[in-house]
Amino acid sequence: MSEMFSMTDVTVCYDNVEAVRNVSLSVDEGQIVTVIGPNGAGKTTLLMAAIGLLGSRGRMAFRGSDLGKMSVEDRVERRLCLVPEKRELFSDMSVADNLLLGSYSLRDRSGVQKTLDEVYDRFPRLKERQRQAAGTLSGGERQMLALGRALMARPALLMLDEPSLGLAPLIVREIFRTIASLRDLGVSILLVEQNARAALETADYGYVLETGEIVQSGPAKDLIHDPRLITAYLGGH
Amino acid sequence: MTSDIAAILAIDGIATGAVYALVAIGTVLIFTVTRVIFIPFGDIAAFTALTLAALDAKRFPGTGALVVALACLATLVEIISLVRNGDIRLLPRALLFYLAIPLAVVGIAWLVMRMDPPLAVRLVLALMLITPIAPLLDRIVFRPIADGTVLLLLTVSVALHFALVGLGLLFFGPEGVRTEPLTSFSTEFAGVLISGQTMLIVLAALVFSGLLYLFFDFTLVGKSLRATAVNRTGSRLMGIRPARAGTIAYLLGSLMAGVSGILIAPVNTVFYDSGFLIGLKAFVGAIVGGMTSYPGAAIGAVGVGILESFASFQSSALKDVIVFSLLIPILLWRSLASLHSEEEIEE
Repeated sequence: MSEMFSMTDVTVCYDNVEAVRNVSLSVDEGQIVTVIGPNGAGKTTLLMAAIGLLGSRGRMAFRGSDLGKMSVEDRVERRLCLVPEKRELFSDMSVADNLLLGSYSLRDRSGVQKTLDEVYDRFPRLKERQRQAAGTLSGGERQMLALGRALMARPALLMLDEPSLGLAPLIVREIFRTIASLRDLGVSILLVEQNARAALETADYGYVLETGEIVQSGPAKDLIHDPRLITAYLGGH
Repeated sequence: MTSDIAAILAIDGIATGAVYALVAIGTVLIFTVTRVIFIPFGDIAAFTALTLAALDAKRFPGTGALVVALACLATLVEIISLVRNGDIRLLPRALLFYLAIPLAVVGIAWLVMRMDPPLAVRLVLALMLITPIAPLLDRIVFRPIADGTVLLLLTVSVALHFALVGLGLLFFGPEGVRTEPLTSFSTEFAGVLISGQTMLIVLAALVFSGLLYLFFDFTLVGKSLRATAVNRTGSRLMGIRPARAGTIAYLLGSLMAGVSGILIAPVNTVFYDSGFLIGLKAFVGAIVGGMTSYPGAAIGAVGVGILESFASFQSSALKDVIVFSLLIPILLWRSLASLHSEEEIEE
């Protein structure tokens, strides 16, 4: 598999404090890569830098082109998409409008309706609530909308920040099933999660981020059996 | 006061309020998309009236020179910004949007004016000449400080208003103007005479508000502007560029202010510095709507117009005092209401 996205020695600072230090990671075409770690390890910061919302030092490349000083909007036009932890939905606007705006960056508008139908097939609840304001949805429905809105942009690399945060276990399972099924569409995924077990069960490859640095990495099926990770993140045994 | 006089004052107030409503809607549009309280909108309205008066008098208006000067300055600022960021590849696009299009607008207006065009064409020319001003000012003044606080943006906006008043004197001169009425039609309704100009003002306010509603609800660009107003980070993650959304908002807002300038010009004598009161009264209307609601701003602006009309009947000298005194209870009510909602959120 060829490399799609890479970060090399990326450092991100808030004022003078280094929140992420010399992080290197890569995502191959069609691969699901997860970054796990405790609260405050710098996982969200890493994704914010990857999409360009935060400035960073080091090198970032996507399909061979340097992301460097590229703006958020230019990255989105190259089909990098972030579903942020706070979802960032347009709460006063309808579900349908939120989804439509997901396709804003697409120059070729001919397939938008087809993609919308696919999103509604994937999340029938969104179709039922298409006229409802996004701000009135439940937590699980909001996450579905955030995912659906990102899919409307036909992403090449989808970055997901804590998709299971604050959701009921049943909904978490549904969300992870959806994430796994996106691989079949050819979407590469960079998944940042505190729910390490669910993330490693879904991913192909994993990185462990602690206090801003990558401390361990490897195929997800190996990490899930790693004794240190079992003790630290996977609930013992 | 008899009921006849009250009816006349109410109709007059609604017409004035409709003009304020157009400016108020533009003010809300710019504020929600860019966080700038664009005080110079009143100046844009006044400049439109002065531009139309110059065109009526077969003189090329000072607006042309103003647009050319702003276009050159905006192009310079954009080129410096592109060079600093290493985005030289965007240079042709910058030259097109900040230099070629504004110069083409001025050139077309100059050529058409020489053909002694009818009133309808002169109206279009006046609007064409006025609409590039606010987007160019945005590029020169507000874009470099776009991430500043609302207070900083407001302070700069007030300063910009005073700069524009000075430029207004330079480009238009100190004389006041009153353009010819757009229609001489009038009719009597329930014993009260209503002029065609009054009906036109209210109709134009309704039509432009309606068009704006359709634009926001049925076009992707309109929805992208609403999205930017609701959630700036979220909209950036969809690929919506805040700067571009801001430019569209300034263009639309200028158009609204321009239309209000055209409508008010036959009713009031307009000077280079008349815009401040128009803008400020529209701002009071926008505050009634909490600076975020379009219907609220429109209703507030019409309320200001009616209050002003009755106030000028009671005491012409105190009419502005009465209108602006309205701000105090509204701001008190607004601050109490927002305090209440914050408490609710904390709970």
